[in-house]
Amino acid sequence: MTAHEPELRRLMIAGQAGDAAAYRTLLDHLSRHLRGYYKSKLINYGRSSADAEDLVQDVIIAIHTRRHTYSPDQLFTPWVHAIARYKLIDHLRRRNTGFADIPLDGMTSEMEAHDDRDAVESGYDLQRLLAALPAKMQQAIRHVKIEGLSIAETAERCDMSESAVKVNIHRGLKKLADMISREVKS
Amino acid sequence: MKTDELITVLSTNVEPIDRRQLSREIVAAVILGTVVAIGTALTLPGMRMDLSAPNALTYFCAKIIFATVIVIAGTAYLLRLVRPGVVSPSKSAPVPWPPVAVAALATISLVSAPLWHWHNMAMADGWIECLVSIPIIAVVPFAAVVWAVRRMAPTDLARTGALAGFVAGGISAAGYALHCTDDSLPFIALWYGGAIVMCTLAGALLGPRLLRW
Repeated sequence: MTAHEPELRRLMIAGQAGDAAAYRTLLDHLSRHLRGYYKSKLINYGRSSADAEDLVQDVIIAIHTRRHTYSPDQLFTPWVHAIARYKLIDHLRRRNTGFADIPLDGMTSEMEAHDDRDAVESGYDLQRLLAALPAKMQQAIRHVKIEGLSIAETAERCDMSESAVKVNIHRGLKKLADMISREVKS
Repeated sequence: MKTDELITVLSTNVEPIDRRQLSREIVAAVILGTVVAIGTALTLPGMRMDLSAPNALTYFCAKIIFATVIVIAGTAYLLRLVRPGVVSPSKSAPVPWPPVAVAALATISLVSAPLWHWHNMAMADGWIECLVSIPIIAVVPFAAVVWAVRRMAPTDLARTGALAGFVAGGISAAGYALHCTDDSLPFIALWYGGAIVMCTLAGALLGPRLLRW
């Protein structure tokens, strides 16, 4: 992944500034690498690779909700790597597997190693999780985050102020992220 | 759920982030903790009233400077720890110089003082009060710092917890210094230093539980 560092860093900085296309490209790219990384790691630790997709999604959410902790003056690859490794250790610890000998720098080669897109579904269902949110949060997220309407259009349709739409999206995504994390951990 | 779906939800109309959010929230927690610590120290044990006594002001300032250096140095390191990939987990933690410097000065002042004076210098009446008060006053600052750090992304939870305890101990020591009338360098090194070490250890133990994300 080192070879991609300048490009990934550029995408991340653009994503932090609100460039949705760059951000999407970044998350797509990272999810592919993370998938390969977690599959090989879980197999190495004698676990089934079935949890890999849950971990990928947990990390994608963590990257998103904590993207303000990346500073443009630091390297991007070690930032992602530290999060991915943290989540792997957390996952193994929850399942009482040994984790002490996870190498610090094993990510580069293995992340390149393999990626297959067969198992890109995790065990939970976005629609079901969304349905558990309060109605206003659901509406705001559906319109802005899934259908891609603007904040202003959504505000008009849902009869909310623009700042209310933003707050509902923000809180809703946070709740959604919490629910997904909980499902991954259970 | 498909990972693609998730990525769509997260990236569509993604909001720009505030680059100063991280340092602002942590510094705000430190300031909030300081205000509470000073308030607690002033209302419960009360301000020391003997600042006009000889040397009292010097030692008062020495304690405040000692605590302030700890808080600033600790916060600076904490700001690095909450960004993933900045501090390598295999790298050893930096030496906490402020306590080391005070311990060295304390040793010098003990060596240069007559032996029969040592007990008075180090074991002044207030040592138990100091050792109990500083960790107690540190509870609220610690909670404030932990609350802020939880919103970041610490990946070394024990070390981050230890630093949160160290900073909270420093804040609390500054508050307690407003009250404490035991003026000697050995006292500061032993009991202020000891109380801050206790806070740091407590933070290291609590970190993995409190900071998990």
